[in-house]
Amino acid sequence: MSLTHELIEGEHFVVTSETTGDDWEIVVGLEVHCELATATKLFCGCPNMFGDEPNTNVCPVCLGLPGSLPVLNENVVELAMRLGRALHCTVEPSVFARKNYFYPDMPKDYQVSQYDRPINVDGWLDLPDGTRVGIERAHIEEDTGKNTHAGGSGRIHGADYSLVDYNRAGVPLVEIVGRPHIRHPEQAKTYIDELRAILLATGASDARMEEGSLRVDANVSVRRVGDDALGTRCEIKNLNSLRSLGRAIEYEARRQVDLLETGERIKQETRHWDEGAGRTRPGRSKEEAEDYRYFQEPDLVPLAPDAAWVAAVDAALPPLPAARRDALALAAGVAATDPGVVIAVQRDLDALALAAVGAGGDPRRVLTHVEHNLAVDGADRLDPALLAALVTMEVGGDLTATQAKTVLADMVASGRAPDVIAAELGFEAMDTGALEAVVDAVIAESPDEWENFRTGDEKKRAKLQGFFTGKIMKATKGQADGRAVAEILARRAAD
Amino acid sequence: MNDLPTTALAIAAAVRAGSVSASEVVEHHLDRIAATDGEIGAFNLVLADEARAAAAAVDAAVAAGHDPGPLAGVPIALKDNLCTRGIPTTCSSRILEGWRPPYDATVVERVTAAGAVAVGKTNLDEFAMGSSTENSAFGPTRNPRDLTRVPGGSSGGSAAAVAAGHAPLSLGSDTGGSIRQPAALCGVVGVKPTYGMVSRYGLVAFASSLDQIGPFATTVADAALLLGVTAGHDGRDSTSIDGPVPDLLGVLDHGVEGLRVGLVTELMGEGIAPDVAARVEQAADALRAAGATVEEVSIPAAAYGLSAYYLIAPAEASSNLARYDGVRYGLRVDAATTAEMNVATRTAGFGPEVKRRIMLGTYALSAGYYDAYYGKALKVRTLIMRDFDRAYGQVDLLLTPTSPTTAFRFGEKTDDPMSMYLNDICTIPSNLAGHPAMSVPFGGGADGMPVGVQLLAPALGESVMFRAAAVLERAAPPLDEVWT
Repeated sequence: MSLTHELIEGEHFVVTSETTGDDWEIVVGLEVHCELATATKLFCGCPNMFGDEPNTNVCPVCLGLPGSLPVLNENVVELAMRLGRALHCTVEPSVFARKNYFYPDMPKDYQVSQYDRPINVDGWLDLPDGTRVGIERAHIEEDTGKNTHAGGSGRIHGADYSLVDYNRAGVPLVEIVGRPHIRHPEQAKTYIDELRAILLATGASDARMEEGSLRVDANVSVRRVGDDALGTRCEIKNLNSLRSLGRAIEYEARRQVDLLETGERIKQETRHWDEGAGRTRPGRSKEEAEDYRYFQEPDLVPLAPDAAWVAAVDAALPPLPAARRDALALAAGVAATDPGVVIAVQRDLDALALAAVGAGGDPRRVLTHVEHNLAVDGADRLDPALLAALVTMEVGGDLTATQAKTVLADMVASGRAPDVIAAELGFEAMDTGALEAVVDAVIAESPDEWENFRTGDEKKRAKLQGFFTGKIMKATKGQADGRAVAEILARRAAD
Repeated sequence: MNDLPTTALAIAAAVRAGSVSASEVVEHHLDRIAATDGEIGAFNLVLADEARAAAAAVDAAVAAGHDPGPLAGVPIALKDNLCTRGIPTTCSSRILEGWRPPYDATVVERVTAAGAVAVGKTNLDEFAMGSSTENSAFGPTRNPRDLTRVPGGSSGGSAAAVAAGHAPLSLGSDTGGSIRQPAALCGVVGVKPTYGMVSRYGLVAFASSLDQIGPFATTVADAALLLGVTAGHDGRDSTSIDGPVPDLLGVLDHGVEGLRVGLVTELMGEGIAPDVAARVEQAADALRAAGATVEEVSIPAAAYGLSAYYLIAPAEASSNLARYDGVRYGLRVDAATTAEMNVATRTAGFGPEVKRRIMLGTYALSAGYYDAYYGKALKVRTLIMRDFDRAYGQVDLLLTPTSPTTAFRFGEKTDDPMSMYLNDICTIPSNLAGHPAMSVPFGGGADGMPVGVQLLAPALGESVMFRAAAVLERAAPPLDEVWT
C-alpha cells in the first residue's frame, strides 16, 4: 500500500493497494477535547491548574461529596461561545445531561456533559489547503480526575493499587466534534494545527497536547474511490502527539484496507494507538453494549445565552487564521493557499508582511522572506518599512538573493536599515559593465567549455551554465546577481 | 422549669428578652430526649455537648447585648441527610456510616446563624426512601403517640422528635411526601415549600428535581418562622429561586375570607380511609365557616402521579447514589479488582429498598426503555402541572388528605412495597409540580391516631397556604379525638 499525497480531482487523497492496485480513500473525523483556560473549574471555585500537588485543588463540589451541587461558571460559557463562534457555529439554548458510568477517577460516577442539546452546533473550519471541515458540535463538559496505577501492568487491570488525583476533576472541557471531511493523515495534523491556532487566538485554551489540555480521538474508515457511503469506522484513542495522530491514521487505514481486500469486515470498535509498536489495538472489549443512561442534569438549569451576549462575543473575536490568510493573500495578490501566506499566519508574521507590502515592498519577495528566512526569534519585531526597503533593493538589483538573506538576518538582530548593513558588508551594487567584463574574462579562460555551451544540447548547456556561473560568482565574491549573469551568458552565446 | 415556653416563637422571644436562658431550654430538651428517646428512637445521634456549647454561646451573646437571632436558643433536630460539618451524616445507611462532611448544609448554616441550637441528627428511611422509617439501617423510629405504630417517613425521626417534645422544631426533606406524611402520622405541622425556595446545598440527594427541605413544628406559626429563616436565594444551588422571601408570620391572621378552595375529587374517593376523608370534609367546613368557598375540582393526571414518581425518583436516585462506590468515603469492602470492590461495597452498604430503587431507576433510563418509562413519566409530570394550572385558574388552594390512613403498625406494609408506595398518593403530585404543600393536624381517626389534612398551593403560594393553615389550626379538633 502506498499513500499518494497529491490531490486527485481537487478533493481526494488516495491510498493505492500494493496487493490489488485498487484505489482507496481514507475518511477521518476528529473529536477533540480541549481544556478551557478559565481561572476556576466548571462548577466550583477551585483553581483550574495543571501540575499542582495531587488533590489540593479540590472542594466538596468537584469531589462530588454527598449534598454538594454544581454552579455553572459563566466564564466557561463565554469561552465556549467564543470558540463556537470562531468555528462558525450557531449558539443554541442548551441543557446539561448526566452521562452515567462507574470509574474511580469520576467523583460522582457520572459526567456532566451536554448530550442532545449542545451549546454550539453546525459550524466549520477552513484548512490552509482550502478544505472546509464541518463541525457538528462543540459542547461543554467536565473533565475527570487522573488515575495512577501502581504495580502490575500499569493499567487498572492487574495493578497492585491505584492513586487518584482529583485536581483535574471538574476542569471545563469543550468537545469539538468534526465531521468526517478529512482525507489524509497530513490533513488531520493540519486540522489540529489550525484548531490550535483558533483556540489560542480566542484565548479559549492553551491547547497543549503534551500536557493533555488538548486531546484527540480519530474516527477512521476507508472506502473505495468513487463510493459515496462511509465505511465502518474505528475510533482511535491515546493519540498524544501530532506525530502519533498521523501515524495512527495511516496504520489504521492500511489495516482496514488489508482486511477489506481479504474479504473481511471492519468491526466498529475503539482502538488504542501503541506508539512504541506503531500499531492500533482493540480496546477493552465490553461484553455489554455501552449504555450511559443519559438524562437531563436536574441540579442545573437550562442555558440560553441571549442574542446580546452572542453579539458581544462576536464583536470581541480576534482576527482568525483563515481570515488573516485571506487578507494577506488579497494584499499580496496570491492565493490564500500560498505557502508564504500560510506560514506568515502560522508564525504570526502576517501583520509584518501586510505592512511591508503596504509600504511598497514586492509581495512575492516579502512572502519568500517570511517563508524561508524569518523562522527566528524577533522576526515579528522587524520594522516593515525596512523589510520593504530590503526587497526594493533586491528588485533594483542592488542586492542578490543570497546577500539579502544575510542582510535580513542582521536586520532582525540589530534593527538597522538594509542599506547601512549592505554597505558595511561591502555588498555594493555591481554595475552591468563591470559584470560583463568579468563574464568575458571567464569565457576567455575556458574556450572549449564555451564552445560546448554555445553548441551543446539543452542538457549539456544547463550543466555548463552552472560551470560558468560558479566561476563568475567566485570571481565576483558572490556579489553578482544570478539572473543578470544568466542573461549576459545567453546574450553572448547568441552573438 | 415548669413555666418554660414550649413553642419556638415563645422560646426565642424569652431568650432574646433574657427572661429564659438558652442553656435552660436546651437542658430541658436534652432531658426529655434522655428520658424518652430510648423507646422512640427519633435520633441517630444526640449532640448533647455541641448543643450545650451552642446554648452557652447564645446566652453569652444575649449577655453582651447582641441579638442571637429569630431562633435564639431554640432546639432544633436535623434530619440525618443534612450535612453537618465534622458531625457524622449517615442518611441512615451503612454505606455512609462514619462519614463526617467537611461542610454545613446551607439550611444548617442559616438556622445556626439565627441562634437555633442543633440537638441531634434524626433517623430516616435509608437515603429518604420509604414511608415508615422501617428502612433505616439503624432500626425504626416509633410513633410517640403509639409506640406500636410507625411515625411515617422518610423524615420519621424529625416528625417524632417534634411530636415527642424533644425539640420544638426540626428539619426534614420531602421528595414525595417525606415531610407531610410523617407530620400527619405524628400529629404535627409539616411543610414542603415551593421547589427552589429552600437551598438544597448540603442535602444528600435522593431525587434532585423533587427534593425540598422543609420544617416540622407543633404550630403553624413556628413552621412559618422556621421556613422564613431557611428560605431565600443561595448561590450554591442553581435551582434556588432568586426572589423575596414572603413574610409568612405576618399573614397568619389574615384569614380566608373570599378565598376559593378546591377539594380534589381524585384524592377523596377510593383508597382513602373513610375517617380520614371525613376529617378532610370537616376541615373544608371549617374553611367555609371562615368565609372561604369550597368546591370540587379535578386533577385527572393525579391518578398517574404515583407511577410517574416511581420512575422519575428512582431514575435520579440511581444516578445520585452511584458515587457511593467505596473509592473516596464511607464504607469500602475490599475485593480483587476495582469493579468488584464497587459491587461488594454497594452490596453490603445499601439496604433492600435502596437497591430496589436503584435497579428500577437504572432500568427506566436504559437504552431501549427510556422512552417507554422515564420519557413517558416526564410527560405525565407535564400533564400534572397542566392540570394544576387549570385548577388554579378556578381556585386559590386545594385541600386533600395528607395520607390515605392514620399511622399503621410496624411490619404491616413492609412485605408489599406497592401498598407502602400508595401512602404517598396524595403528596406526590406537589413534588412533581414543584408546588408548596403542607400538612396540618386535624383531629384523630377512628383509631384515635392523628389525621393530617393537606393544603396545596401554586408555586410561591406559601402566603395564602399558611393563612388557610392558621384557620384550620384554630378550628382543629383535639389530636386524640376519636372519629366516630
